[in-house]
Parts: sequence; C-alpha cells; structure tokens
Amino acid sequence: MTKSLKILVLYPEEMNIYGDHGNLLTLQKRAEKRGLTTETVLYEPDMKFDERADIILGGGGQDSGQSKIQDDLAEIAPKLRKLAASGTPMLVICGLYQLFGRYFETATGEKINGIGIFDAYTVAGPKRLIGNIVTKSAEFGELVGYENHSGLTFLGQNQKPLARVKKGAGNDASGKFEGARTGNVFGSYLHGPILPKNPRLADEIIRLAAVKKYPDFKLSQIDDSLAEKARAIAKKRPR
Amino acid sequence: MVLSSSLIEKRSANFAKFSFILATCPSQPEPYHQEKNIATISLLYHSCLGMQMGEQFCATIICMIKKTAILAGKGARLISHLRGSGGSALPGLVAEKLQPNFLSEVFAKIPVVVVSGTNGKTTTAKIVTELLEDYGKKVFTNKTGSNFTRGITSAVLAELGNGEVFDFDIAVLELDEAHAVQFVRKVAPTYSLLLNVMRDQLDRFGEIDITASYLRQVAEKTTAMVVVNREDTLLQKIEAKNVKYFGYSKKIEELFPNDDELYGIKDRKNGVEADIVLEDYRNGFAKYNIGSVKLQLPGAHNALNAAGALALVKSILGKDFNPQKSLRKLAKIQAAFGRGEKVTVSDKSVELILVKNPSGFRIALASQNDKTATTMIAINDEYADGRDMSWLWDVDFRQFDSVSVVSGIRAYDMALRLQYDDVEIDHIEPNLRQALSHFLSTDNKNLQIYCTYTAMLKIRKLLSRITDVEKIL
Repeated sequence: MTKSLKILVLYPEEMNIYGDHGNLLTLQKRAEKRGLTTETVLYEPDMKFDERADIILGGGGQDSGQSKIQDDLAEIAPKLRKLAASGTPMLVICGLYQLFGRYFETATGEKINGIGIFDAYTVAGPKRLIGNIVTKSAEFGELVGYENHSGLTFLGQNQKPLARVKKGAGNDASGKFEGARTGNVFGSYLHGPILPKNPRLADEIIRLAAVKKYPDFKLSQIDDSLAEKARAIAKKRPR
Repeated sequence: MVLSSSLIEKRSANFAKFSFILATCPSQPEPYHQEKNIATISLLYHSCLGMQMGEQFCATIICMIKKTAILAGKGARLISHLRGSGGSALPGLVAEKLQPNFLSEVFAKIPVVVVSGTNGKTTTAKIVTELLEDYGKKVFTNKTGSNFTRGITSAVLAELGNGEVFDFDIAVLELDEAHAVQFVRKVAPTYSLLLNVMRDQLDRFGEIDITASYLRQVAEKTTAMVVVNREDTLLQKIEAKNVKYFGYSKKIEELFPNDDELYGIKDRKNGVEADIVLEDYRNGFAKYNIGSVKLQLPGAHNALNAAGALALVKSILGKDFNPQKSLRKLAKIQAAFGRGEKVTVSDKSVELILVKNPSGFRIALASQNDKTATTMIAINDEYADGRDMSWLWDVDFRQFDSVSVVSGIRAYDMALRLQYDDVEIDHIEPNLRQALSHFLSTDNKNLQIYCTYTAMLKIRKLLSRITDVEKIL
C-alpha cells in the first residue's frame, strides 16, 4: 500500500510572501524520499476545508492580505483547532503565526482576530525587525532564517516558545524568544524559508504526520550536506 | 553603502597612518593648506573605513575636523579627489555631510527626470538618455548604477571634478524606490517614469505595498508629467495631476509573468488609454502603436521598458518628438552593463545576466536562457544585493537539467535551492575568482552567468583583467 500525506496550504494567494513556498517544496521532496507520496491542497477563502489534511502550512502576507482572510479563518477555526488537538502537525509563518494567536492589532488600531491556538497576541511595532536570525531550540538545535516583521508578538505566561534567540530580534524585539509551539503546531517568524535550511524541523513535521497515520513509520536519514553548509554560512552573515 | 574589499584589506597598514594623522591633524586649516588638507582628510576617511568603523563615524570625524570654510565652495573638489577608491557612493556621503543643499542647487536650473520601479531601471534610464541625446540634448545621468541619492551626488561630483560648470540640458536619474522618496524631497522631479512594483529585495523596504507607496510619493512630487506602466496592478493607484500610460496589448500578456499570476491571481486591467503600446513582440521584433522595430535589447520586458521610455521622451519633447527617428535610434540601443552584456574571453562568449529578485530572475530565465549555453549562477548577499535569500525560493529552476558552477557568498543557499528542483550541479565554489576560472575552462564556447549585483561587479572586474570590459566608472 502506498503511504501518502495530504498537505494543505492555507491561503497561498494572500499569504505567500518571501519564498514560503519553499516550505511546501521541502516537505514534498523530503516525504517522497521516505517513500511517502504527497498530495497538496491549496486552500483559499470560501473553499471547502479538507479535514483529512495530514499537515497544514501557512505563510506570511501583507497587512492587507491578513484582513482579507480573517473572516474565512474565523470560519474554519473550529476545524483547525480540532486538527491541532488531535496532533496534526502545522507550521505557520509570520502573518499566519500572528493569526494563530489571539489577535493582531495593526498600526491603524484595527484588531484582526486570531484563532487562539497559541496563547499570544501581536501588536504592530514602530519599526520593522529585519535581518538574519539564529535561534536555538531543545528539539531542533539551531534554527537559522531571516526575519522581516513589524508586529511584536507577546506570549502568554504558559505559552511555550519555539526557540530562544541567539542572534536577531525574535517575537517581540527583546531578543529572548522566537516563535511558539503548542502540541504539534509550530509558529515562527523565520522566513528564508525556514524548512530547507532547518531539515530537522522539516523532518519532525513529516514524522509526526506519518506516525499519526502509519504508526510503524520510521524516518530514514538523508544527505543534508548542502543544507549544513548553507546553515554554516548563514549563521556568519551580518544582520 | 558598497565598500571595496581592498579598503578592508588595507586595514592594518592604515591603522598606523590613522593614528599619526589624528595626532597631527590641524584643527584650523589655513586656506593655503588646502591641498594638504585634502590629502589628509582623504587618508583619514579611508583609514576609518579600512578599520570598519562605519561610515557615520567616519563622516563625523571628518566633519569635526572640517569646521572651517575650506570646503564651503570647494567641497565638491575635495570629494572628487576622494573618488576612485571607495565605491561610487563614498564622495556623495561626504558631500551630503558638508553641503546638505548640494543636489537641489545643482538641479535647480534643468528639468529632472526620475526613473524608478523595481525592475529595469538602469536599462530604461539608458534608453531614455540615448533617445534624448539623439535630439541633441546634453543629458546628465547616473549611469554607474549607483542608484541611491548619494550615488547621484557622486555622479554630479564626477562632472564637477575639475572645477567645470554643470552644463546639461536635462538630467535622467535612475533611482531606487526608497531613495527616490528621499531624493524627491530634495529635488522635485519634472518628469517621472514608474516602471513596476515587483517583489524586490523586500528586506530593504519591508513590504510590497510600502514600495508602491514610495512610488506614489514620487508621482505626487512630480511637476510636469508622470508616465506609468498601466499593466502593473500596484501602480494603478497612482494619482497625479498629469499622467500618461504605456503598456502592452492583451495579445501578448502571457509574455509578462507577474507575481500574482504565479499564485493563480489573474486580475489584469484595464480600460485606461495608453500613449505607447507594445502591440506584438517576437524574437526581438517589437511592434508598437507608433511603428515596428528590431531591438538589440534582450527580452519582451525590455521592449515594454522601451515603450515607457518612448512615452516619456514623447512627453518631454512634445511636438518635436519624431516617432520614426526615435524608433530608428531605439533599434541601436543596447542593454545596460551586466544586463545581458556579452563579453568575449578568448574564443568564448560570456553573457552576464543581472538577477536581483524573483520576478527579474524568472523573466531572465524565460527570455534569456540559452539552452545550448553552459550556466553559472553567482549569488551574493551584500547590502546592495539584499541580505534575504528567501527570494531564490520564488523562482522555478526546473528548466535547467544542470548548472555547471554555483558561486558567491551564498553559493550553498543557491545549491540547496537547485537540489530541491532536482537540478544537477557540477561544481560549487563560493570564491568568485576560483569559480570563474573553473567555469572558463569549460569546453562550451557559449557561457551564461546569472549573478546578483555585487557578484556581477566582481565578475566584471575579474573579467576585465583578461579581456576588454566596458568601463562603468
């Protein structure tokens, strides 16, 4: 029997900035190398939401994009929360990371409601936080990427971050924490995109999805020497 | 600011000089010491930069030393004296510190044309310049590709170098979007030509909507006429007193892949009447509503940029504009340096293709990729290139079976990107000199190099040691 994973991409039209498409490509290729076929569903507002998704991906967008999708996101929120509670891995970057929190308050004072999977809220900051970033997490080691956001995200007291900042601004410019993790849902500001240069995180998302569906699934090793070298250079570059 | 690496290399030697100069620098230079002071300040400046102190700090030191009048009227000469070793923006920095009104004074007497947009500025400004020169106009332009306000100051200083008068009929300035905003606050353009808003090095400007707002500000400040690409959805919101459009016909719209369409958004316009329309395009043959021409400029995107240039020149010249004359001239115009520029190295032809953002890279692959050529890709991430590598993931590289050499500071990022598109790579070498030498040893006589801005500058420099490369500065 062919093993397959269904990857659902949230709002690729509005939330697709800064190469986040690379995250999808990385999951597809790395899953296929492990003998898993992948099916990709591009989800846009007012479409039927496919609850059989094994992995959910979401990217960043402009403020204008965020307001366009907020109603639809509220609509599918119960389904997303149910999937999250059942352990479906999700990766949300930047704009959708913010909206997976409780709310995002824009520079004009408009409050865009989030879906509250993360106990976090975001307010528009005075300046953009832009540059190369390196963080460290217990599970994935160093994560390298590029941050570009003006929103400042504040985590609730019991909200687990994804990683600690080693170099860069992170969630709220204080340089402490980056991203958030609740169960198997990962949120982060890291573009770059995050997955190609952080194969451990990519593989964990694949493993979580595969094991949930096929309990006997074992993740095989693949050659990541190019990613290793790209990481080493990226870590040394200026902000 | 682009600093030449040789400055950094001189670091330790300069440290001794710097200490010495600081100790001996006169606090109140006398006029007759001028020549000596020029040399002193020049050395001081380069020493600071050599020690990687940062331009702000260097400039502060210089300003402290130069409180006297020696530079009041002679700043330009001092600064032009500094030219030649610090990258094209350096003298401009010093001039800005010393004479904040420098640019507005220089450009007070002649019409100023600003060409801006994310892609195609340099070549378009070149087309506009050459079309105007064809009518006998003496055109000032910043053809070095240093398209920041400071680079323009430097270009002006280069003209003033020997105390000459700034004697031009019109200025055609290519300006980076964010810097165009700064520039128009100092100098209100008479004309502006707005090409497009595509995903650029977004880390510089933040978001695409912000870039569009920059161009709107340029339009607002423009006094006589704004010429706008009607096909660009983000530029459609431009409002100005006088607007004219250029564009292409529906028939050839598939030649212009844009960001939105990559993600399945097809919201083309549009009812607006365009002054110059590219009606058809095939293999370099461009049919405009004012006549047809065989272009040397590569690609449909350049044919569209030329439509913008024609519309602008028509606005500037009014009844003196002669369509046939300008089309004849257009046929002879070549792309700006590093934009499809071909260099001959012994028996090989090396084509340099500048790529700096996903849309530019996609267009280059669609219109310039020669399947018979051997390919090198060189990706740097200096400030002028953009630090963010995300953009490589917004380009589809699957049309390549293999790439011969991958180089540049971010060679491994590029290699990783190609790996995910199943493109074979023969050789990865971050060092450009070694990579180029390896690449030139290939048997194929037909070579193409896709490179980011600073990688291109470096490659041109390396090539100029072994063959003739047109001087750009």
